[in-house]
Amino acid sequence: MKRIMLGNEAFARGAWEAGVKVVSSYPGTPSTEVTETLAKCGDEVHVEWAPNEKVGVEVAVGASIGGARALSCMKHVGLNVAADPFFTAAYNGVTGGLVVLVADDNGCHSSQNEQDSRYHGRGAGVPILEPADPTECKDYMKLAFDMSEKYDTVVLMRSNTRISHSRGIVEEDERVEHDVIPYEKNFRKYVAMPAMARVNHVKQEQRLAQIVEDAHNIAVGVPLGSDDITAAVEGYPLNKEELNDPEIGIVTSGICYQYVKEALPNASVFKLGLVNPLPLQDIAAFAKKVNKLYVIEEGNPFLEEQIRAAGIPVHGGKELFTIQGEYSANMIRKAFGIELPEGETDSTDAPGRPPLLCAGCPHKGLFYVLSKLKTTVMGDIGCYTLAALAPTNAIDTTMCMGASIGMEHGFEKATGSSKNLVAVLGDSTFIHSGITGLVNMVYNEAKGTVIILDNRITGMTGHQQNPASGKNAKGEPAPALDIYTLCRAIGVRNVFEIDPFDVKELEQLIKEETERDELSVIITKRPCAMIVKQPGVPNVITDKCKNCRQCMKVGCPAIAMKDGRPYIIRESCVGCGLCTRVCPFDAIESTARGAGKEDK
Amino acid sequence: MEKNILIVGVGGQGTLLASVLLGNLALMKDYDVKLSEVHGMSQRGGDVVTHVKISDTTVASPLIEKGEADIIIAFEKLEAYRWLPYLRKGGAMYVNEQEIIPMPVVLGQVDYPEDIDDALAKAASTLVKFDALALAEEAGSSKAVNVVLLGAASKALPFTQDEWMEVIEKNVKPKFIELNKEAFAKGQAV
Repeated sequence: MKRIMLGNEAFARGAWEAGVKVVSSYPGTPSTEVTETLAKCGDEVHVEWAPNEKVGVEVAVGASIGGARALSCMKHVGLNVAADPFFTAAYNGVTGGLVVLVADDNGCHSSQNEQDSRYHGRGAGVPILEPADPTECKDYMKLAFDMSEKYDTVVLMRSNTRISHSRGIVEEDERVEHDVIPYEKNFRKYVAMPAMARVNHVKQEQRLAQIVEDAHNIAVGVPLGSDDITAAVEGYPLNKEELNDPEIGIVTSGICYQYVKEALPNASVFKLGLVNPLPLQDIAAFAKKVNKLYVIEEGNPFLEEQIRAAGIPVHGGKELFTIQGEYSANMIRKAFGIELPEGETDSTDAPGRPPLLCAGCPHKGLFYVLSKLKTTVMGDIGCYTLAALAPTNAIDTTMCMGASIGMEHGFEKATGSSKNLVAVLGDSTFIHSGITGLVNMVYNEAKGTVIILDNRITGMTGHQQNPASGKNAKGEPAPALDIYTLCRAIGVRNVFEIDPFDVKELEQLIKEETERDELSVIITKRPCAMIVKQPGVPNVITDKCKNCRQCMKVGCPAIAMKDGRPYIIRESCVGCGLCTRVCPFDAIESTARGAGKEDK
Repeated sequence: MEKNILIVGVGGQGTLLASVLLGNLALMKDYDVKLSEVHGMSQRGGDVVTHVKISDTTVASPLIEKGEADIIIAFEKLEAYRWLPYLRKGGAMYVNEQEIIPMPVVLGQVDYPEDIDDALAKAASTLVKFDALALAEEAGSSKAVNVVLLGAASKALPFTQDEWMEVIEKNVKPKFIELNKEAFAKGQAV
């Protein structure tokens, strides 16, 4: 049956059809839906959210050694967290097929950088597959499991935002079960001691060389090993040479292939499905068939540098195309001197619409207070990063998962003071990489204050469960980590829980704890406004309003200015009541009370 | 046959369902189709866009470029204006008149452009601008804005009434099917 599938759904479908049995991931845009989709499958697949990507990959490696096909998915920066097991598993190889999926974010749609994960795959010495549309997402995933087992290697499946978050038509196939391979102890393969590692490193190089040798004959959509590619009725080559006009020859892969086909339909193209190790001999042969060879790839000159280093003349690469951001067909047309349709209208004066914390968001109470106190805030990764923007402007730094705690500690050691200084991070981020930072603060006698925003969910990536939320990846009840008890057990003496909408009490508490010459943890507890039903009865600003605009400082999307005065946008207000708590004149009321005249 | 449809709005307005319905219509008709959408951070009240490209041959790039959209379906007025350069000459626009004020305007840092209506009228050969939110509420839920807008845009799309009804039945939760059919009819009547 044919279905419209998101690239990520197609990856999931491919893994399912390939008989995957264990999936362990940490959510991260744009990779999240792969694991979410698999979580909706039946009991034939164990799917879990790990506390971080390192654990996710370790679980998948263990499952592979246990003989099952296993998958771990993450965003690009997640692969940094998982790099430790990833690089050594790359030496050791696999028992059951093992695929790591990484989704880059060219254009920084939802990320802190544009890291090019192909370097991780090459650095680790594993094959990298890069699909160009949802059909390939599914087909490549199946091939990846076959390759993993045939070549005894971890396979890196590389996606990015535009591949993961585009939809297309995909043909569904049946799942093929793969029996768990009986375990046989093999310490020379799986115990990474120096003597074994040296041997396994040699084997790793040999298997990469073998893959390059075989690359020409690897077909997608048919079982691996049907060496005669012409016999493969349904299959198509992993690396595809499309000879058209010999004037322009383009080496490309992934989403750029689609832009090339759209912008230069007559060009000759060498489309790579395997981007590591590179089939340089095949590329050299293609180069000889065309007059001018170009390399078109988003991100760093990963392909281009290797092609040039192999002595293959490249007429144009990164001197024509940027390292930053996403490409488009128009960008390619422009580089090749093709005229673009003139835009009729210029709308560059349209005001920007930056994302913001939702109406009813529990974080708003906290950042209203931190903004008011002009606190220095070491921030972290999550929705709350948005508090860095106006009107709260209440985040000083954001770097990577869990970094707020270590950075606060370093800042305190540098300045000698923890006064009016806090680290702020969410429950899921704290569990991901914050706990060790807090252990460090206890151990090295920090005096700072850490605020954990416990909203009972992993919010920004679209509400995934986590170890503190009380549910597992399939939505079933699960043990919930008690963050308060954990902090006490680590050795933090001053631990507090508070509702962030109790703004007066919260302000007092933050003042006291940042003044105190001892480490404190404040846990702000209120569930994400998108997972619990809000009152839904809008508030209204009454005649008592003195136009002090204190309510505007909350940064609520439901409060706007009209004719020089704040008013509440009825359709946007969820009735959370935070504004009623910050108004010094009791001028904001619920419409449920029927009091006050209503704004329009 | 080729149709490039840009669906634009503000995160949380339900633009995704509109594109899923269009994609499935294309699939029913054996057209090729690609869609590209926004997830993650931008969804929190930021501007969102979904590209829908339908063709009776093959769709390569999932992205619609400037001057390539046959149709823009806008869930909000400022977003209609923002994406106007993507409309091709002779293109059509279906615009919900709702205004959602972005934070920089709320804070008085910039003004909400005043001449949006003129700019839209000048650029679009067909401009249908109406209060889709009110019609959705009449149909039973403000969330049906997406289907109201599709109803309005359906005149410019190569699908029959039966096909529209079928795609709604197949892709909407059973208890909301009637509501969405009514919303679609209200959009069609605009």
